[in-house]
Amino acid sequence: MSADFETQDLYTEVDEENIAWLHINKYDSGTNTLNASLLDAFYKEILEIARRNPRGLVILSDKENGFIAGADVHEFTHLQNRDHALAAIQRGQEVLDRLAALSFPTVALIHGFCLGGGLELALACRYRIARDDPATRLGLPEVLLGIHPGFGGTVRLTALAGALAAMDLMLTGRTLDARAAKRKRIVDHVVPERHLKTAARAMILDPPLKKRRHGFRSLSNQTWVRPTLAKLLYYQTGKKVRREHYPAPFALIELWEKHADDPRAMMHAEAESVADLIIGATAQNLIRVFLLQKQLKALGRRASTRPVHVHVIGAGIMGGDIAAWCALSGLHVTLQDQSPERLAPAVKRSVKLFERKLKRPRLIQEAMDRLTPDHRGIGVKRADVVIEAIFEEVEAKRSLFAELDPLMRKDAILATNTSSIPLCELSSILQDPGRLVGIHFFNPVAKMKLVEIVHDGSTTTDAIDKAIAFTRAIDRLPLPVSSTPGFLVNRILMPYLLEAVRLESEGVPPTDIDRQAVGFGMPMGPIELADAVGLDVCLHVAQILSGHFNVDVPKRLSDLVEQGRLGRKTGAGFYRYKKGKPEKARLPKTYHTNTENTDRMILILLNEVVSCLREKVVGTADHLDAGMIYGAGFAPFLGGPLKYIETVGADVLLQRLHNLEQQFGPRFKPDPGWEFVAGFGKNATPEKGA
Amino acid sequence: MAEKPNPLATGKPVYVVDGCRTPFLRAAGKPGPLRASDLALQSGRALLYRQPFRAAEIDQVIIGCVMPGPDEANIARIVALRLGCGEQVPAWTVQRNCASGMQALDSAAQEIASGRSDLILAGGVEAMSHAPILFDESMVEWLSLIRTARGPVARLRAFSRFRPRFLKPVVGLLRGLTDPTTGLSMGQTAEILAHQFAISREHMDMFALRSHQRLAHACEQGYLDEIEPVYGVDGSYFDSDTGLRGDSSMEKLAKLRPVFDAPFGKVTAGNSAQVTDGAAWLLLASEDAVAKHDLQVLAQIKDSQWAGLDPGRMGLGPVYATAPIMQRNNLDSGDVDFWEINEAFAAQVQACLAAWQDEEFCRVSLGLEKPFSAIDEQSLNVDGGGVSIGHPVGASGVRIVLHLVKTLQRTGRQRGVAALCIGGGQGGAMLLDRME
Repeated sequence: MSADFETQDLYTEVDEENIAWLHINKYDSGTNTLNASLLDAFYKEILEIARRNPRGLVILSDKENGFIAGADVHEFTHLQNRDHALAAIQRGQEVLDRLAALSFPTVALIHGFCLGGGLELALACRYRIARDDPATRLGLPEVLLGIHPGFGGTVRLTALAGALAAMDLMLTGRTLDARAAKRKRIVDHVVPERHLKTAARAMILDPPLKKRRHGFRSLSNQTWVRPTLAKLLYYQTGKKVRREHYPAPFALIELWEKHADDPRAMMHAEAESVADLIIGATAQNLIRVFLLQKQLKALGRRASTRPVHVHVIGAGIMGGDIAAWCALSGLHVTLQDQSPERLAPAVKRSVKLFERKLKRPRLIQEAMDRLTPDHRGIGVKRADVVIEAIFEEVEAKRSLFAELDPLMRKDAILATNTSSIPLCELSSILQDPGRLVGIHFFNPVAKMKLVEIVHDGSTTTDAIDKAIAFTRAIDRLPLPVSSTPGFLVNRILMPYLLEAVRLESEGVPPTDIDRQAVGFGMPMGPIELADAVGLDVCLHVAQILSGHFNVDVPKRLSDLVEQGRLGRKTGAGFYRYKKGKPEKARLPKTYHTNTENTDRMILILLNEVVSCLREKVVGTADHLDAGMIYGAGFAPFLGGPLKYIETVGADVLLQRLHNLEQQFGPRFKPDPGWEFVAGFGKNATPEKGA
Repeated sequence: MAEKPNPLATGKPVYVVDGCRTPFLRAAGKPGPLRASDLALQSGRALLYRQPFRAAEIDQVIIGCVMPGPDEANIARIVALRLGCGEQVPAWTVQRNCASGMQALDSAAQEIASGRSDLILAGGVEAMSHAPILFDESMVEWLSLIRTARGPVARLRAFSRFRPRFLKPVVGLLRGLTDPTTGLSMGQTAEILAHQFAISREHMDMFALRSHQRLAHACEQGYLDEIEPVYGVDGSYFDSDTGLRGDSSMEKLAKLRPVFDAPFGKVTAGNSAQVTDGAAWLLLASEDAVAKHDLQVLAQIKDSQWAGLDPGRMGLGPVYATAPIMQRNNLDSGDVDFWEINEAFAAQVQACLAAWQDEEFCRVSLGLEKPFSAIDEQSLNVDGGGVSIGHPVGASGVRIVLHLVKTLQRTGRQRGVAALCIGGGQGGAMLLDRME
């Protein structure tokens, strides 16, 4: 009978106990994603199964990597208008409602990714069984794309898990492993692979009674509790993001607060709300950012081999954290420094990281076992990748490289984590300069996803490919950049930071400067950022850049460094720090913010962006946007700096830049590259514009 | 007793190609920073990284350990897997009390001599500070009574059987260091030897002081490069033996009270081996493995011997085990360049030295026509021993062989003997030749 049912993306088998097993297996992809055609096929299949009236239905995926990874995000970019979006969402709701209305028991058999629409589908089943292993991840991460669940997820999850747990999942977008999902009552059973089908069969042959919700879980959805709880949720969400930047979480809370006691109305409102959100600028930009991330990830596809052993030299903050992150990601790591004394703090920090990320003692021990402190440097000979992360001094690095070069395996790559020294100054000491590549991490390594892959004319493609493969092996985003001073991120960030410092020395309160930048959409204000990076580091980078570009270093910065006020690490920089937190003075009520100040910071940044695009520091405009979002935290809801130029209009910005130049002098002189981006947004890239 | 064949002479040659150990960490009254498997892992990892072969190319891993932790059953297998040797490398754990480490080496040597294996990672480990505190058996019985009691009355009756003395803890370490057949603690066996060979308290303390002085000198000169540092999860690190007392003096040693035969005995904490955590490894290889991986050979294990004796005089074990080796190989004391006799107690090593040259003892106890000539103390435990370095029971046998090899390499001398006494009345010894 299965032959009758076979379609391209799914098929059903009915076993001798009259249980129907619906397999989802998209034929043109390695991952199951929900798109319109799959939903249609699924609907037809459900109707057909309902007609046959089996004893029960089990829905499972044939893909190795998971159940269903969510909606097909590419489809979101083709929505023409609100009505079109609303129709698509309501169609999805209709399909899952039909599934939920089946008269026989239904079980979702979950392994691997079960996200977004995938989990909403599972929630429309009567029972859920999840495979017990670390790869199983359940969640509703729609909020990260600027929307919230739209296929009944807001209705079904709040009813199932209670408002607090459900809202936490949907507001943060975080995912759960199988056991955590069981604790939150999202799945009924967590079983190892060997019992999955037995468990599904057992649930259908002897379906457990629906449990009555009791206690706080059901209480949390009561009419009289919701207004208070909603206030708390608004407050907590407001502390993290602003409504005008990220409307989705606020819309979600509102939806629940108004409709949680009427499922039909909530379903209807859910669709309307997502339709509003998804055609909005924030969602469209966040979807763009998501696709940019996929672009960077795809760079790793060319790589042939995955590295096994990484040797890191320099157990300072950067070197130590790189080593720890690599060990966490499953690589074998030797970490070298001159003495055990220098290595011990790095071991301690890595244990902290492993405990935070892995939680289970056995996994922590495995990660620890992979990280070998190596004061004799015995790992050099074996490593696939050798990363240098010592202090920024050309001669020190060169003499180190001269020692390493003959010891290393012929097929290994040598990488430097330098943030400022051009590759050619370092590679000339090597037998084969082509093996040197820059792998530039950002601080803190565990948080910053971007890694700049720095290359120059002599770097071999093999070395670049291996560096990218390494970056993907540790789940970071590789961004190839040419070896020009400051590379991409620091070069663009620095004029912005320096302009903020200049504003501060003109008497603008740092609190106000930071507030304006955050208001624009930066994750952290420039003054606080400078303090966090360290003013000595800022000064060093600024001085290097000033030798090459139209950058002059404000005296205020070098004054503070001379006074030993280096930022957070010394307890004082622009701010004073208590327990690592800046003490921000409150501005008087009468304080008047000058919006021109925001313009000065943002336009000088955009000017540098245009300059980098013209000089082709990165391959494409998309790469530039991705780099600034993942490397510098440039407001994701704006879609990146070039996308922002497109949104506001290059001509408008150029005019403002001219005005600033007249008022404040040549540091605001528009880069010649603005010619290329004039009318930017109509697929203009430097190549085409030139 | 010397007619038995020596498989290490007749079989395939057994070579020492590399080795290392952790610093030995003195127990400070609470569990140390690392468990036994962690100590073995951290040192073994450093050893394997510097080899030209992959961990999976090792044929076997053998570890000697007296008291692995409750989660460390067959600790050798656990460590082998954590070292990345892979699922297919077999591993086993051996136990011969204080000679467990030397037993691991001997077992490995026999495997290679017989041709069954070519490359074996053999070591010894002990985390004495992690020795368990146990429930008294009466407590265990009471708990089982409660578990099996049915009904409220039976249960109440079971509860009422409890006595506070059930809670008295059993210190696993003390039990382990007491001979169950004679009831004597190890320290008491040393007191017996001190009495038998008339070794004075001052003599013992001088020996102990010299042990510390020699270790301090070896540290200064960098003779202990076999030590691989270990790291705790709390940011601590150790790169040298923590038992060393650089400020030790005869006055300070004289102030210590006898601990085993109080108040009139002579053996104190100062002239006994320290309770310690540590691990040591040797990599043993056949001729084939040496050729295949182009390994540098440091020494050859030429002979080994085990012997039994009166448990109450277990400290003389080295004499009983070494004598047959000397006879088989036609050696006298002067033919041996360096001696490593594990210092369980100063008195015990001194008793060995006395017995070695005592005509009556050699005739009656060893059946020898004449005694051996005296061992030159300038060639004995030249860089300190158990009294200063510590004696993590499972690891010491490997440590003395490792350091003997290192000393032969450093000095360019030829022949060495490592021997130790074993609680329960045994002795073990090994003869090694340096290789160019």
